[in-house]
Amino acid sequence: MTGNRQEVIYSRIWEEEPEPDNPYAAARCVCHGYDVFGDMLGKTSWTEYLFLLFAGERPTSQQSKILEGMAVALANPGPRDHSVRAAMNGGVGGSQNAACLMAALAVGAGGLGGGHEVAVAMENWAACGDAMSKWKERLLDPPLDERADTWMPMEHAPGFDPHGASCTTPVQQTLTYLAQCSPGYALLWLDEHRRALEQIAGSPLAMTGVAAAAFTDLGLEPGQGEMLFLLLRLPGAAVHALEQREYGWRKYPFFSDSLHLENDPGPVKASKKSA
Amino acid sequence: MTMRGPQQLLESEDNWKTSMGAWFPGERVVYRGKDLFTELKDQRWMGLLLYGITGRLFNEKQVTLFESLWAISTSFPDPRLWNNRIAALAGTARSTRTLGIAAAIAVSEAKIYGHRANVGAIDFFLRTKRKLDDGKSLDAVVGQELKKYRWIPGYGRPITAIDERIPPIMELANTLGFADGPFVQLAFEVERFLQNGRWRMNMNITGLAAALSADQGLKTYEYHCLATPCFIAGIVPCIIDSAEKPEGTFLPLSCNRITYEGKAHRNWNRTGRNQ
Repeated sequence: MTGNRQEVIYSRIWEEEPEPDNPYAAARCVCHGYDVFGDMLGKTSWTEYLFLLFAGERPTSQQSKILEGMAVALANPGPRDHSVRAAMNGGVGGSQNAACLMAALAVGAGGLGGGHEVAVAMENWAACGDAMSKWKERLLDPPLDERADTWMPMEHAPGFDPHGASCTTPVQQTLTYLAQCSPGYALLWLDEHRRALEQIAGSPLAMTGVAAAAFTDLGLEPGQGEMLFLLLRLPGAAVHALEQREYGWRKYPFFSDSLHLENDPGPVKASKKSA
Repeated sequence: MTMRGPQQLLESEDNWKTSMGAWFPGERVVYRGKDLFTELKDQRWMGLLLYGITGRLFNEKQVTLFESLWAISTSFPDPRLWNNRIAALAGTARSTRTLGIAAAIAVSEAKIYGHRANVGAIDFFLRTKRKLDDGKSLDAVVGQELKKYRWIPGYGRPITAIDERIPPIMELANTLGFADGPFVQLAFEVERFLQNGRWRMNMNITGLAAALSADQGLKTYEYHCLATPCFIAGIVPCIIDSAEKPEGTFLPLSCNRITYEGKAHRNWNRTGRNQ
């Protein structure tokens, strides 16, 4: 408390009214003007509520379909994905469940296939829109900040797979489905110009690129898209972590023969002078 | 442009070449080319961390400098500080100590006080020094930085303008013989420029610590790695304190502490139209 003034949390999202017998228990929770438990519960889907939370308005049926489709496409990247592997490492070692999800978030946050890549790709949509000339310029000569940040610099065109040989079937299937639902320009334009963009990028479209277009069509900001992307991939991380915990470490790769030390001094006698 | 394809992945499968180190089960550990149990056994923990980050061995005075920087400047056990508060919340919510501490460390990668500021500060000094070495004037370089970014990491401070950590750290630097390095001199020159101009900003500990670290030859990413655990001695007491007190009692907020500024109340109906 500062002086006599009680500090408060300001929110445009959430309002609470207390129970008459307890100021710390909410009797009514209002989200963007809607009574969550008194009105929305039973009438709305999880996806509609999710959209409301992020966008501040309930979605149209087209917007619901895009978010629903994206949620299905992202829910499980599979046990080879970096973020899911991080979660499984937690699971197999007997780490806490929350730590498994924290590991998935940390590893899945990055510039290769992660939330940061989605945010940067969304910035590209904001800067280039549907102008191919701008895309060409930005993909070939991306803007560079002379200042360092804690993110490592992007090493490939955001939204594209630097190790891909061609656009994978699931990415194509997701793009095709979402493009036909979309009320916006990005998914449709991406579907139409995918091959040309891939030629410029020198790599095929990745799921991060589809997600960036989908979130752009949903009217979200890059930070919102990044958060949603991280959130929507957690189910796969969770179930694979639990599964590997059950299988145990003996059935999980340790890569016993995969590490090649380039500067092994060999066994050093204990008498050797320490550094 | 032809796709690069998965060639790098094919070459890397079960093939990780490294000079960082390895565990030889039941036998020995190699740490950046040295035997951990013999050649590095007398290193202080901070010295080993510095060696792990840089591949260089630091002398006793340097190790003391970095250890003392952490002890004096980033070990405030005050649960109101944003990262520490996460540990306190974890304790009051009866999460685990590791989860609470890890989350607080992750959040310490912050812009207004943490590692984004640390990285920004050392990067600013390294870039500025290069420009000065190229013959530019300090006024021109700092003026340009302010004009372009409106912010110089390491200067100014939230909550209070004065940084009480500068005098004890400078006393320590004097004792160790590190008070007159080129980057420390540069840091104070920048402060004089900012104090005299309309900016009226003082250097904060982020600036001084970055300058001292740059004088010891740390690169930006090395400093980022080194700084990552630096708040831990302030974080840990906060989770201990709140975990020892009755659950849920760490600075609770009643419902009326949320000041709602959002949409007016409205009804959710099944047709999708707002009422």
